[in-house]
Amino acid sequence: MTYVIKPKFRHPELPKNKIGFTHRDYEGAVSTLCAGCGHDSISAAIIEACFELSIPPHRVAKLSGIGCSSKTPTYFLGSSHGFNSVHGRMPSVLTGANLANRDLIYLGVSGDGDSASIGFGQFAHAIRRGVDMVYIVENNGVYGLTKGQFSATADPGSKSKRGVVNTDSAIDLVGIALQIGATFVGRSFSGDKAQLTPLIKAAIEHRGAAFIDVISPCVAFNNHVGSTKSFDYVREHNDVVNKLDFVTGRATIEIDYAPGSVEVVQQHDGSTLALRKLDAEYDVHDRVAAMSFLQHHSAKGQIVTGLLYVAAESEDMHGHLNTVATPLNGLGDQELCPGSAALEKFNASLR
Amino acid sequence: MSLQSVNDFVIRFANVNGSGSASANELFARSVLRMGIPVAPRNIFPSNIQGLPTWYEVRISGAGHLGARGGTDFLVAMNPQTWDKDVAGIEPGGYLLYDSTKPMPKSKFRDDITVIGVPLTAICNREYTEPRQRQLFKNIVYVGALSALLDIDVAEMEKLIGEQYKGKEKLFDANKHALHLGRDWALMNLDHPIGLQLKRSDAVGSRIFIEGNSAAALGAVYGGATVCAWYPITPSSSLPEAFTRHCQRLRVDPATKKNKFAIIQAEDELSSIGMVIGAAWNGARAFTATSGPGISLMQEFLGLAYFAEIPAVIFDVQRAGPSTGMPTRTQQTDILSCAYASHGDTKHVLLFPEDPAEAFDFGASAFDLADRLQTPIFVMLDLDIGMNYRLSRPLAWDDNHKFDRGKLLTAAELETAADFGRYLDVDGDGIPYRTLPGTHPNKGSFFTRGTSRDRYAKYTEEGAAYADNMQRLLRKFDTAKDLVPRPLQANAGKSTKYGVIYFGSTSPAMDEAIGLLEARGHAIDRMRIRAFPFHSSVTSFIGEHDFVFVVEQNRDGQLRSLIVNECSVDPVRLVPILHYDGTPITARFIAGAIADRLDALKVTPLRKDKVS
Ligand SMILES: Cc1ncc(C[n+]2csc(CCOP(=O)(O)OP(=O)(O)O)c2C)c(N)n1
Ligand code: SF4
Ligand SMILES: [Mg+2]
Repeated sequence: MTYVIKPKFRHPELPKNKIGFTHRDYEGAVSTLCAGCGHDSISAAIIEACFELSIPPHRVAKLSGIGCSSKTPTYFLGSSHGFNSVHGRMPSVLTGANLANRDLIYLGVSGDGDSASIGFGQFAHAIRRGVDMVYIVENNGVYGLTKGQFSATADPGSKSKRGVVNTDSAIDLVGIALQIGATFVGRSFSGDKAQLTPLIKAAIEHRGAAFIDVISPCVAFNNHVGSTKSFDYVREHNDVVNKLDFVTGRATIEIDYAPGSVEVVQQHDGSTLALRKLDAEYDVHDRVAAMSFLQHHSAKGQIVTGLLYVAAESEDMHGHLNTVATPLNGLGDQELCPGSAALEKFNASLR
Repeated sequence: MSLQSVNDFVIRFANVNGSGSASANELFARSVLRMGIPVAPRNIFPSNIQGLPTWYEVRISGAGHLGARGGTDFLVAMNPQTWDKDVAGIEPGGYLLYDSTKPMPKSKFRDDITVIGVPLTAICNREYTEPRQRQLFKNIVYVGALSALLDIDVAEMEKLIGEQYKGKEKLFDANKHALHLGRDWALMNLDHPIGLQLKRSDAVGSRIFIEGNSAAALGAVYGGATVCAWYPITPSSSLPEAFTRHCQRLRVDPATKKNKFAIIQAEDELSSIGMVIGAAWNGARAFTATSGPGISLMQEFLGLAYFAEIPAVIFDVQRAGPSTGMPTRTQQTDILSCAYASHGDTKHVLLFPEDPAEAFDFGASAFDLADRLQTPIFVMLDLDIGMNYRLSRPLAWDDNHKFDRGKLLTAAELETAADFGRYLDVDGDGIPYRTLPGTHPNKGSFFTRGTSRDRYAKYTEEGAAYADNMQRLLRKFDTAKDLVPRPLQANAGKSTKYGVIYFGSTSPAMDEAIGLLEARGHAIDRMRIRAFPFHSSVTSFIGEHDFVFVVEQNRDGQLRSLIVNECSVDPVRLVPILHYDGTPITARFIAGAIADRLDALKVTPLRKDKVS
């Protein structure tokens, strides 16, 4: 496998965002994933979301574990620092990075093997700590990189390419995330960019642990008949709870949906989410209802997508820890070292 | 003949864990210190919290020997369950203080010791009605009795109680009262003072009394650590706990009341080291503290930190392994698992502090070293240093010292830099330049990964690029040799063919052993190793001697293996002196073992009497 740098060709008429960047400025190296891999569509949605939000790319830190999905940070935001860590442990590395500098945007990219199998514990604990991050699992139900073994999100009864039927129950990361206190939970499908892009944008603007499970078919090992994570299966079983129109606080856009079917959700930075409800019953602030809605539909074999839950109030890890506003990595000798006088006092107390 | 000694004996308290004896015993030790006499107390505690034995051993040494001595001259026997073994362990001519409320059969005692009965239970039952008080004050009562028997200045004890219960008048009075109950009873009913006595001295000086873990944690504060991620494990837990206390005292912004630190109790050691690596990658000084089992769990991440060149500081407070081993006993047993932590070709920097003061120094400088070398730095403590109060030179800090953030490029520097390659060896010392996320809009970003890459951090599986990088990492390790604390050498008064190498908590016992050996006519040069990679002087020291003893507290001679491996020394010339039963190494053991080997090496000492 080799690393290909994209030619820095810039079309003069490429549309620019508010900070003068074009789409190209948010791209990365050429993907080396299989043609048609769902993960590439997710990278495209991330690029789109960052472009539309006019985020300076260098203010994003991309972190991942190991897997095809975890390779993708190389393929977007080429001007951002990235960290391809170890299998299943992205959440702890991201947590540490966030502790060091609370001012950057943290984007954690992982796979279902990475987060539901080897890294299930770290996934859970980063979320329960309320780390301010966007945590995306590119969920194909298999280990793509190691060639098609079942992961812990594979549904019971689903058939591997080699014909093996999975008998173990599946971990639904969305259900777990809701249960352990994620303050933003969504699910989408890599093939639905119109749904996924605003979801990512909303997650970026959310303060706290934002988790998005993206069903992302593996065309090499999990896109056949009998798989429950194939393009066809997901399209047939998808049940959308709401459509999201993302509106940043800076722009005022008229929302022209019929009253009653649109809910406007305020985010911490003043931005708003406009939710076009497809299911009249669905309340995006009701965590308990979201969990039962999810279970209810899952029992019927339906995969619920959309913004499933966003907390009305949320505090992130730095809030819990009461850390100073200045990023810890920006504090110098003056702020950190108490000096010899304080030490002398300490010595005196130990005699 | 009962033992006679002034300011030089070992007293051992045998207690039941959870009986509240700890603070009374500490009061005893501190009062001796306040009389200007050096003490070295050691907790010997089982890993269960309730109902099991715990011992507190105080070595009193006017000469200032702080290593464990071994043996017991005076036993305070408060645990019936361990009575037989405890009594058997008293040196001939020694003393036994016990609770004489209930008569004991004569067979429970020994003829060759002085038995001192104090009716502790009876005294307390007469005085107190509440069961908890009756239990708790028993401890203070025996300390009071000791003050009479050993001739301790009771005013010092009262002062200490006053400091402990400052602002809590009632508790102060109650404790002082209990102290005098015991003291008065002893003055009235017992021969006093006994043969073991304390005489005011001035051998303590400005030294402080501190646990190594607390000192190391304070070092981390002074070294600028802002992120600590840890998972509880004995004997390391008190280090992050001390860091928390120090930070609450020293690192809370007075104006905003906000914390200039972040401490996370992680879900396991994988996560702790992951957080440390993430924070350090992002430019915060970060550390974790753990013990052997945690080091094992961190292995994969440590390889990543080595290969991806992330500064990280790990305090390893060692205990007896493998596995849970003897979790509350001391050893120096993670030397190899830390030096070569992880899969693949790795080597890590280790620092070996000898006592709390050095734990503070190294605890601070580890962060400069980590940033300078962009690699994990292990501070190798052990239970003996970490969890015991040790008399130690005062902690010192040079206000002119500035954090060395190493080769960290700022936005301005990136602006003018001709070429940035994360893994380019610009200066020839193997240390590349790094940038932090968010530094510059379009310069200096790179992808950190555990997979091989070229000098510009681009993924590659080219063999030559991989080997080039691995060679540079070796060059960097070479550079480290001159940056880490140098070994300290002390030569014998006359020239000798023999040397001894030792490190860490063995230090006080080794210093004392040299005296014992010299008294028996053996001259030995000594070198205390303070860091790995080894400075070139280690190889020269070995070269200058026919045989070098390597004293360590593990079964396999791990430091010796490391020296053989890294310095290409003929193993025959390195004679292992190994102590690994979980108790701290003693001067008696070292001197005895070295003298035995010297005999085996057919050396004729000046005097023929053997060291016992
Ligand atoms: C400790 C460790 N064990 C095993 C592996 C091998 N491994 C690499 S990726 C992977 C599975 C990845 O699956 P997933 O996270 O679902 O990513 P995908 O490739 O499906 O996107 C495994 C088992 C590894 N890199 N590290
Ligand atoms: S193996 Fe599957 S997951 Fe991996 S790149 Fe190919 S399609 Fe994508
Ligand atoms: Mg997968």
